[in-house]
Amino acid sequence: MYNFDFVRPTTVDEAVKALGDEEAQALGGGQTLIPTLKQRLASPSKLVSLTGIADMQGVSKSGDSVVIGGGTTHRVVAEEAAGAYPGLAALAGRIGDPAVRNRGTIGGSLANNDPSACYPAAALGSGATIVTNTREIAADDYFQGMFTTALEEGEIITEVRFPIPKKSHYAKIAQPASRFPLVAVFVAQYSDGVRVAVTGASNNGVFRWSEAEAALSDNFATDALDGLTLPSDDMIGDLHGTAQYRAHLVGVMTKRAVAAAS
Amino acid sequence: MPKDGGIGASSKRREDIRFLTGEGNYTDDINLRGQAYVFFLRSDIAHGTINSIDTSAAEGMPGVVKVFTAADFEGVGSIPCGWQVTDKHGEVMQEPAHPVLASGKVRHVGEPMAAVVAETLEQARDAAEAIEVDISELPAVVDMKNALKPDAPKVHDDLKSNLCYDWGFVEENKAAVEDAFQKAAHVTTLELRNNRLVANPMEPRVAVGDFARGTGDHTLYTTSQNPHVIRLLMGAFVLGIPEHKLRVVAPDVGGGFGTKIFHYQEEAFVTFAAKACNRPIKWTSSRTEAFMSDAHGRDHVTTIQLALDAENNFTALRTDTHANMGAYLSTFAPSVPTWLHGTLMAGNYRTPLIYVNVKAVFTNTVPVDAYRGAGRPEATFQLERVIDKAAIELGVDAVALRRQNFITEFPYATPVAVEYDTGDYVATMDKLTEIADLAGFDARRKESEARGKLRGLGVNCYIEACGIAPSKLVGQLGARAGLFESATVRVNATGGLVVMTGSHSHGQGHETSFAQVVASMIGIDENMIEIVHGDTANTPMGMGTYGSRSIAVGGSAMVRATEKIIAKAKKIASHLLEASESDIELKDGAFSVAGTDKSVAWGDVTLAAYVPHNYPLDDIEPGLEETAFYDPSNFTYPSGAYACEVEVDRDTGQVTIERFAAADDFGNIINPMIVSGQVHGGIAQGIGQALLENCAYDENGQLLSASYMDYAMPRAYDMPFFNVDHSCQTPCTHNPLGVKGCGEAGAIGSPPAVVGAVVDALRSAGKDVTHIDMPLSPSRVWAAMQ
Ligand SMILES: Cc1cc2nc3c(=O)[nH]c(=O)nc-3n(C[C@H](O)[C@H](O)[C@H](O)COP(=O)(O)OP(=O)(O)OC[C@H]3O[C@@H](n4cnc5c(N)ncnc54)[C@H](O)[C@@H]3O)c2cc1C
Repeated sequence: MYNFDFVRPTTVDEAVKALGDEEAQALGGGQTLIPTLKQRLASPSKLVSLTGIADMQGVSKSGDSVVIGGGTTHRVVAEEAAGAYPGLAALAGRIGDPAVRNRGTIGGSLANNDPSACYPAAALGSGATIVTNTREIAADDYFQGMFTTALEEGEIITEVRFPIPKKSHYAKIAQPASRFPLVAVFVAQYSDGVRVAVTGASNNGVFRWSEAEAALSDNFATDALDGLTLPSDDMIGDLHGTAQYRAHLVGVMTKRAVAAAS
Repeated sequence: MPKDGGIGASSKRREDIRFLTGEGNYTDDINLRGQAYVFFLRSDIAHGTINSIDTSAAEGMPGVVKVFTAADFEGVGSIPCGWQVTDKHGEVMQEPAHPVLASGKVRHVGEPMAAVVAETLEQARDAAEAIEVDISELPAVVDMKNALKPDAPKVHDDLKSNLCYDWGFVEENKAAVEDAFQKAAHVTTLELRNNRLVANPMEPRVAVGDFARGTGDHTLYTTSQNPHVIRLLMGAFVLGIPEHKLRVVAPDVGGGFGTKIFHYQEEAFVTFAAKACNRPIKWTSSRTEAFMSDAHGRDHVTTIQLALDAENNFTALRTDTHANMGAYLSTFAPSVPTWLHGTLMAGNYRTPLIYVNVKAVFTNTVPVDAYRGAGRPEATFQLERVIDKAAIELGVDAVALRRQNFITEFPYATPVAVEYDTGDYVATMDKLTEIADLAGFDARRKESEARGKLRGLGVNCYIEACGIAPSKLVGQLGARAGLFESATVRVNATGGLVVMTGSHSHGQGHETSFAQVVASMIGIDENMIEIVHGDTANTPMGMGTYGSRSIAVGGSAMVRATEKIIAKAKKIASHLLEASESDIELKDGAFSVAGTDKSVAWGDVTLAAYVPHNYPLDDIEPGLEETAFYDPSNFTYPSGAYACEVEVDRDTGQVTIERFAAADDFGNIINPMIVSGQVHGGIAQGIGQALLENCAYDENGQLLSASYMDYAMPRAYDMPFFNVDHSCQTPCTHNPLGVKGCGEAGAIGSPPAVVGAVVDALRSAGKDVTHIDMPLSPSRVWAAMQ
């Protein structure tokens, strides 16, 4: 990797200030950024670690929502959100391996918006609110295509608010090499309707499957999905699966998520 | 009763203490005073003409010692190929030059074009970015059949074409084979691909070069399976260093699987540059570099045809293979699809007529060479798969079809030039039937179906040729090396032994099992024996470890040397006991006079050898040290039967392995636990090939699976419990231990069983599927169901 300066501020304000420098970059758990640096694919002049900011840590309940600090690791979410939002906790508990879960953070995952990442499906599938140092962004506005989000340069995800659904489940089939989702579907049932978010499948990143949402909002049962299919045009086709296969898997995983929702 | 020591005991692997406590000494642990680091600037395009390489900016960068390009290697030899194949027209293969650094052209992604030596690796890497390479990209040849079209771009402009050789075997049988196909009652044809693999040993390659100006001695520390072979190839053919001025050390090596047999450019580079820069130079491969510079494995595209008569006897076999050589000929590459593949096409069956055609093809990809099994998995896979397909077409039981065609009498001369000394294929199949509980399969299938899963069973056999190899024979077949093995047994005055072997252990546990052999022969504790390997300075010239040869060939050399030791020790004992030599018996570490209670301990005899106060100096020399070289008279032929049961998810195509059983015949067994471990590892790699691993290029020669994000390595949770048995033992008749070798069997025997099981599962759901190409990813299995 190239040389860089390293700071570890303890408040969001300090972090924002440090990120004001040209070519400074936020560092969460480093599970995406560090490999990128090691391959010399990025050359920030300064890394601003967010792991020392106490305000960005932890899981709490606020009204009908679970609030997760932007610097909270996957492992902590897996453990501490289990009571309030089991579907979300289970998702976090299946990201990568223990080392990844002990380092990787929700803020890093959402900022990165890998088209095969898990958290974007939960955020979009829950209609979450992404809170930054300057504003609140609805998940529906936040995800803007693979590796693209509404975040501005230097903007920090400080917390994420997930409305708690009646039932939810995340059904994931792993890509055999990376064990990221080959396709995964997050289904959440709220009193005002069902949300279905799909990750791993589309060239445009995480998306909501509106036909399935409509069908499931009427009838939250697997047979409600019978006959529903997605076109494969925009699906990812690669070494691990054709576009047709991925389109097919969206249907299978949605059914499995509905069947397992609790 | 399990034995607690010596041959047949499951002695714990003594080397594991240092491996598991971080006390191993791997090449990367070696750091020499004044050491500099090299970073190779590698091509990121598959094929192109190098117009210029401008290193001037790089040379001025901080810490840079020297920047090398091909121009610095004028007068240095080509990386040699160790095997010359003669084609079906009697012509020798086309053999391109293989420069240390790309010269004139780059021919695959990952080929080193320049090298920067600097004080630190990061400085070398920084400077490498400042090198300006001007390349005109050329169209790449990736697909083997396209590469052979007349208008295909040539990988090597100075060769006639991209065809390395067109090998026919046995050419004299060709007409008779054609004739048998004409007369056949049934012909089964199968097209398949044996997928390209990356070996991925846990330890990536490392090389450290050192040069002592005062003496003119070169030393290369390298992650090799065969340090003497590297010394010979690099010294004699590349750098012109006589062997007595070149020491090659391969210390602890963290797995090889074939890919550390070969002599690589990086080894020659650090040895050469250490002298040029007058300081030690180290190269440690990153995992990314490993993907694009370690020789790959397999990559065959085959059409196989099996002819049967009206009674379902195999009457002839014909196979046509395109074998990918990659851009250059790696050390043993030409032998893998020919002599290590064609000679195994008879398998376990009495097929009287066989013809094998192999076209070896150059492409703009990383060189391909031996990988665990090397040629034998490719032979086994196609043969066993075509038999499964024939059984489907004929509507007969695939196991019964195999049994009907088994070779049952030994020795058996195959129509493909080898003679199996021993084997009992009925016994291993019977054993498999028992341990795999084949009779219970139908019930297990019903149970799976009740849970909504498809269940399938795949059963197959394998034969392999190990104990590589009779030197005279391989010389006739084109090997540019002998394939004997060596051992020196040094007995110390106080009775302990040091055995210096020319074979090399890189995870196999030789230090344990070799000691067991010598301990048994003398009747002493294993812990009195130390096994030394891996350093040309303190071991006799040996050919190293691959082809499951270590115990069969290296072990035999060790037995011969130990026999010499015992013979001499008996002479000493007879002197000490004042008895006739012919009356001396060695038992439990003591020499006694037959029929008396007179005896002398092993330690007294060894002490006498070095303190020869009372010693037959008129008859024998003092000291107790003997060397033996052993050249086998034949290959060994391990064999076995494997069974795999899978469940397939109808909706996703995901395959899980539910049961796996292996019944192997390895002849006599030195350490059953180590043998089981070898089989486990081999099966894991075979399952990896069958379900997960896929080294893929795009049409431009870009490596698509260049990291673990895309190259699927098998993990523990992909594996079932392995039910392995090696109680069927037909000892090898031509080596002193009666051993056959077990290192590759698992990787050879398992892929057809896995594929057969998945096909069987899909057929149980009425799908008309007879074969799916590996790896059987969920996507492919699902597609096969549509
Ligand atoms: C082996 C392995 C397996 C994995 N498997 C999975 C998987 O199955 N599913 C999955 O979803 N992911 C997986 N990941 C990715 C993992 O979840 C990462 O942790 C995550 O993608 C990035 O989080 P991070 O905290 O490590 O971010 P970093 O790597 O530190 O940063 C990533 C990006 O986000 C920015 N950033 C970080 N924090 C913030 C913030 N609070 N606000 C704004 N920007 C920020 C950084 O500047 C950088 O651009 C895997 C990773 C590895 C190494």
